Amino acid sequence: MPRVKVARKSTAIDMTAMCDVAFLLLTFFILTAKPRVEDPVPVDVPGSIKEIPIPDDNLAIITVGQNKAFFSVEGNDVRRSLLQQMGELYGVQFTPEEYAKFEVLPIFGVPVRSLKQFLAMDADQKKNYEQPGIPRDSVSNELFNWIRESRKAAKALHNQELRVSIKGDSKEEYPVIKEVIDILQDQEVNKFSLITTLRGASK
Amino acid sequence: MAELDTSGGGKKGGKVRSKKQSTRVDLTAMVDLAFLLITFFMMTTTLSKPKAMDLAMPDKDKKEENTLDVAASRTMTILLGTNNQVMWYIGEPGKTPPSKDNFGKNGLRKTLIENKESVRNKTGKTMFVIIKPSDKSVYKNMVDVLDEMAITNIDSYGIVDISPVEIDLLKRDGLY
Repeated sequence: MPRVKVARKSTAIDMTAMCDVAFLLLTFFILTAKPRVEDPVPVDVPGSIKEIPIPDDNLAIITVGQNKAFFSVEGNDVRRSLLQQMGELYGVQFTPEEYAKFEVLPIFGVPVRSLKQFLAMDADQKKNYEQPGIPRDSVSNELFNWIRESRKAAKALHNQELRVSIKGDSKEEYPVIKEVIDILQDQEVNKFSLITTLRGASK
Repeated sequence: MAELDTSGGGKKGGKVRSKKQSTRVDLTAMVDLAFLLITFFMMTTTLSKPKAMDLAMPDKDKKEENTLDVAASRTMTILLGTNNQVMWYIGEPGKTPPSKDNFGKNGLRKTLIENKESVRNKTGKTMFVIIKPSDKSVYKNMVDVLDEMAITNIDSYGIVDISPVEIDLLKRDGLY
């Protein structure tokens, strides 16, 4: 009786197509990945049902948490001219290295006077350094100037009105938020956005 | 696909040919690595982008000729107190008794919908909501109230500073 022989097939499959797809996807994800900006203070953003995504460019964010204000603005060119204008305003000279460092600084919360010192730190030191927040009292309202100068810079470079957003911590007391809103209103920014996270409509 | 034609021609003569090696490479490890990296990048990309809520504040130096009086009967004032509590009243402070309320589906939202209906039935116009956060309220309360405005489709609202009379009201009921 003849035995039925099962034809042995090779288990090696052609991986080429799979490899192509995998690398295509990998390239896509690498290119679209954006480094997540760590907030210097923990900020728990309140939820809302609004679904307007925040734009990627032409945006300034004022992060408020633990009674401190931090400032960040999008765009390397905007940041460069912002530092230049702020240096002129406060009489501080910055070196080209400091310009280069400030260009890639995502968020900061130090007074202009100690900005040099802050820029000199490396990434690890910056992380451990407890930033005092940008002064916003009536004696030296630096936050006001940071916002105004970045609006000027955005206008000059991109001919666009800078969008200002407030990213506040849920537990932040209202007077602090009100101070920031007042600073914005003092320069006639009456329309701005509050950054929220999405939540279901039925809470 | 990744293989080249390695089958030589027919046997011709007794020439010594160098043995052709297969160009086939084992891609398994490479694919493994690629998928590992894909997984990593997929996990680290922020899936839920933060959203924004637009807010327009009234101009600070008001030009009197541009302001429009809103009838007291169709304004509802919401005072934000401490511990996520709110107080609201229709009309002017002191004239109508304020009510306490809390956030949530059966709290402020229900009240807003009811008041919206009753104002429309009485005056035939939309309700105007004045939000007055007190110094004891937190940022979340403000966002929550603005959110309720969006949920209940109230288009006309404004954030105004609280007055001492209203702080007294809050104090009386232990919300300040």
